[in-house]
Amino acid sequence: MSQEPLNTQAKERRPEWAAFGIAAILVAIAAVILLDASRLREVSGYSPVGPGTVPMAIGVILLLLAAWTVIAAIRGDFPERERQELPPVIWIVGGLAAQMLLLNIAGFSIATGVLFAATAAGFGKRRLWVSLPVGIVLCLVVWLIFAGLLQLSLPAGPIERLFQ
Amino acid sequence: MSTFEFLLQGLLVAAQPMNLLYALIGVTLGTAVGVLPGIGPALTVALLLPVTYRLDPAGSLIMFAGIYYGGMYGGSTTSILLNTPGESSSIVTALEGNKMARAGRGGPALATAAIGSFVAGLIATFGLAFIAPVIVKLALVFGPREYFALMVLAFVTVSSAFGDSTLRGLTSLFIGLALSIIGIDQLTGQTRLAFGVPDLLDGVEVTTLAVAMFAIGETLFIAAQGNTGPDKVEAVKGSVWMNAADWARSWKPWLRGTLIGFPIGAMPAGGAEIGTFLSYATEKRLTKHPEEFGNGAIEGVAGPEAANNASAAGTLVPLLTLGLPTTATAAIMLAGFQQYGLQPGPLLFATNPQLVWGLIASLLIANFMLLVLNLPLVGLWVRLLTIPKPWLYAGILLFATLGTIGANPSVFELGMLLAFGLLGYAMRVFGYPIAPVVVGLILGPLAEQQLRRALAISQGDFTVLFTSPIAAVLLTIAALAFIVPLILRARGKGEVLSQMAAEED
Repeated sequence: MSQEPLNTQAKERRPEWAAFGIAAILVAIAAVILLDASRLREVSGYSPVGPGTVPMAIGVILLLLAAWTVIAAIRGDFPERERQELPPVIWIVGGLAAQMLLLNIAGFSIATGVLFAATAAGFGKRRLWVSLPVGIVLCLVVWLIFAGLLQLSLPAGPIERLFQ
Repeated sequence: MSTFEFLLQGLLVAAQPMNLLYALIGVTLGTAVGVLPGIGPALTVALLLPVTYRLDPAGSLIMFAGIYYGGMYGGSTTSILLNTPGESSSIVTALEGNKMARAGRGGPALATAAIGSFVAGLIATFGLAFIAPVIVKLALVFGPREYFALMVLAFVTVSSAFGDSTLRGLTSLFIGLALSIIGIDQLTGQTRLAFGVPDLLDGVEVTTLAVAMFAIGETLFIAAQGNTGPDKVEAVKGSVWMNAADWARSWKPWLRGTLIGFPIGAMPAGGAEIGTFLSYATEKRLTKHPEEFGNGAIEGVAGPEAANNASAAGTLVPLLTLGLPTTATAAIMLAGFQQYGLQPGPLLFATNPQLVWGLIASLLIANFMLLVLNLPLVGLWVRLLTIPKPWLYAGILLFATLGTIGANPSVFELGMLLAFGLLGYAMRVFGYPIAPVVVGLILGPLAEQQLRRALAISQGDFTVLFTSPIAAVLLTIAALAFIVPLILRARGKGEVLSQMAAEED
């Protein structure tokens, strides 16, 4: 919490717009919930309390919270943020996405090894030719323990099939 | 049967070799995650839920409780040696403890924290054993509306009573509640907000949400802070044993911390942090060495650490007797009970006394194990602090996704994990608390069930919610817990509340 934002201009402008964005997201969630709840109201008929009652209440309160967020933003009640470094976030999110896509094709060890290397890269260890093999071997050991001994159903790929 | 007989019976269950092993695994893992910065007990329990699916309920619940207790012990080690609290309830310990370590008195600081945790854990676990049956008796007269009022109170205290903003706390809570209505409605079988996606019919898994928010959100947040250089680990110099003066100055703060921490944990007030802050303030006022406060006063470590562990035990009172989680860890432990089709509450004490009392008794045993793990073996845990950040967080994400894949190896589930991880990151960036989302997700359906039962009994008359005296009192307390902090913050006295913010355990 000690880092000063580098750009004071940005410090004054940015939080407000972010708050409006958050309010917009809350309104969008509320709209989806209310739409779904109104459908349920038709289904359940006369009963005053049905499956749609609580979602309706949650939707309305989310709208109120969105309004409150806008008011807080206008009054400048929104907290300042620290400067966020984007590249590490992209590395890690990319790693998670790669794992998700590779999991059922390449198996647990390769997919999670990629995630491992990408996360390490996000924290500054960019030597992928070291971290990738380390990650895959580590994940294979984890796979052998959890899928082999604890019988967890972890997807197998070409590497895992060698041990089956 | 009296409480003592139940407790003795529980000890027989807890002393079974397999259960002793689970307790040992639990406290060891708990200490390790407590020591590691960035992961807390809530995340660890969430990670282990899918893995323990095939174990027997008593064993895995004993393990989870061990993790909870262990996390509280381990957190103090990090605070004292690294000045980066492992979890939020150890922030106060860092104030004095790290100063002591820098002055070469790290050993006594670790010792007073560990022994204080032991004393507090022991007394508070007995407190739990003796108070639980009383509350169970009280809870027998509770109907749906009383339970609903109790849950409203828990919602308010978890989300908005503490922390730095009522608005952001409530927003977090309602995001959790919004997620909780996804899936098949328990009372009518209607699908809600599933949009025809079969994966959503069962609703959002608590473990997926918790792992995403705590592990992925936290990792992204730490990574986005950039390279801040390595943290400095204070070496433990000299003896870890306390001298006579240390003992003389420690024992009263231990007892006072226990007395402060246990009731606060036991009330549906959320968070071990509040107790630690109150204990610190008390010790600062009562000390004979006021000049040492801020420069490494041993009372400032002993009291808050005792309060911290006592409130962890206190949290188990509403969880076991009412099925009411007041912290994120307790919420995930509730999910652990539900995984085995068990619903904590008065009924569980009647139908499954072996399990409940075995769990309580195992906490007594876990406390002894933790004392051994944390005093003679403290050097081992300190090594954990020297793991470089890239490998540490890469490993955390490896195990975070392992749990989810093990529970449900689908691309959709991993997609949710990623989406909630980004949500957790965004919430950290904008200062929204995480715990209310998790508590909202797990407590939301329970609260809705009670509300609709109450209204079904009254045939839709909403006034019935306020006409029972117990419910009326609970709702009044909830209203006060909502309004008073709002006024305090409006008058610029919010700092105290924001210091008490409940983070994750």
